[in-house]
Formats: sequence, C-alpha cells, structure tokens
Amino acid sequence: MKRSNAPIFWGLFGAGGMLSALLGPMLVFITGIAVPLGFLLPREQMSYPRMLAFAQHWAGKSFVFVVIALFIWHAAHRIFHSLHDFGIHGGTLAKLLCYGGALVVTLLALWSLLAVGF
Amino acid sequence: MSQPRNEVVGGRRPYRRSMTGWWRRDPFFVRYMIREATALVVAAYSIVLLAGVLSLAQGEAAWNAWLAAMRSPISIALNLLMLVGMIYHSYSWFEIMPKTMPAMFVGGKRVTAATITMFGLVAAVAAALALFAAAWVLRP
Repeated sequence: MKRSNAPIFWGLFGAGGMLSALLGPMLVFITGIAVPLGFLLPREQMSYPRMLAFAQHWAGKSFVFVVIALFIWHAAHRIFHSLHDFGIHGGTLAKLLCYGGALVVTLLALWSLLAVGF
Repeated sequence: MSQPRNEVVGGRRPYRRSMTGWWRRDPFFVRYMIREATALVVAAYSIVLLAGVLSLAQGEAAWNAWLAAMRSPISIALNLLMLVGMIYHSYSWFEIMPKTMPAMFVGGKRVTAATITMFGLVAAVAAALALFAAAWVLRP
C-alpha cells in the first residue's frame, strides 16, 4: 500500500496552530501595533541595524523562519479543508494552490533569511 | 456514486434543499466557520512577516519602506483586526483541543474538557507575557 502524505500536512497544521495560538496575538501586537506606534515599546526596537542583527543571529533567524513557515502551513491546510464547505470540492488544483503557496512562502522566507547573512 | 443532480424521477425533478448559506442556519456552524476563517488571519500575518524579511534582505531602504508601511493608519487598523482574529484563533484552538487530542487520564480519572481548555488558555497567556517580556528586555 502506498504511504499517505496526509500525516505530514496534519502535523504541520497542528504545530502551526499551536504556535500561533500561543504566540500569534502577542506577535501581532508587538510588530503591528506597539512598535509602529511607539506604544509600550520604542519605535527603534525594529530599526534596520537591530533587525539585521536579529535576523543574522541563528536564534533570531530560526525563530522568524519557524513562525513564517508553520503559520502558512497551518493556514494552507485549514483553508484547503474549508473549501469543501463553500461548495468547492477541491481537486488537485486546489491542493496545488494551497500547499504550493505555502511552499513558495517557505522557500522565499528561507532564501531571504539566508541572504541577510550570519 | 451519487445520483446526477437533475435526474428525472417519475416525470419530475425531486426537491433538493439548496446548500447555499448552510452554515448560517445554526449558531454552531457559524462558530465553526469563524474558527476556520481565522486561518486567513494566520496566513496574512505570515505574509506580512515574509514581506518584512524580503525587505530586510534587500537592504536598509527597503526595510525602512516596510516599517513606514507598518506605521500607516490603514496598517494599524488592519493589525487591530488581525489581533482580534488571532485572539479568537487562540481561544478557539484551546476550546476544541479536548476534542482533537487523545483522552488524558490523571490518577485513573479522565481529565475534563474544561480543565484542558483552561490549561491551554493559561499557557497562551503565559507565552504571550513571556514574549512581551523578551521584547521588553531587548528594547534599546
């Protein structure tokens, strides 16, 4: 019997769902509200030299990569399985768009995080 | 195989209830759809961060343009909406966790759904506070 690839997608969905449930709200607050407004945290928190240093450090690099990748794989899997509820009985094309999109986001994140150097 | 949709039976087409707007018929389904829709928020945040690292890789000017976009009123408004969606995602994730994880037993007794949800929500608040503390310690 051919091995199913479904457990991999469910695993990524679960890991991304858990990570976004734990950190998502505070990440949105910090990067989208607090720092841009200088509210509670200073605007210089995300200045170019600081963010470059953050993304060059192996820990910062890994953190940003894991957040971008797991969040998008979680979302892609959930959206793919919801299409059915909207009367789109997803075939190969829907699957390709959802998981292919997640793959493109993952590879672009990987490429840019490697491009900023170490 | 299911029957063709418009098969003629006894000279007339059988009545089929439309599926349009099926989920608006029951508050349970509405909650389900809102829960599923949080995936759009999670995807949007991933793409916002991706735009950030792509800009970072292109140098200081591109990064500052991304920062300026994040400071625009429309971005702040969208991020407030994303924050609400993300909080609902977090809440609903732990609300359904008792149904998505295997049964847990402590001392021979099954851990109740309410306990599992409560532990998850406490963990989420603790993780949020820890992340803010990290940002606070690292502030310039």
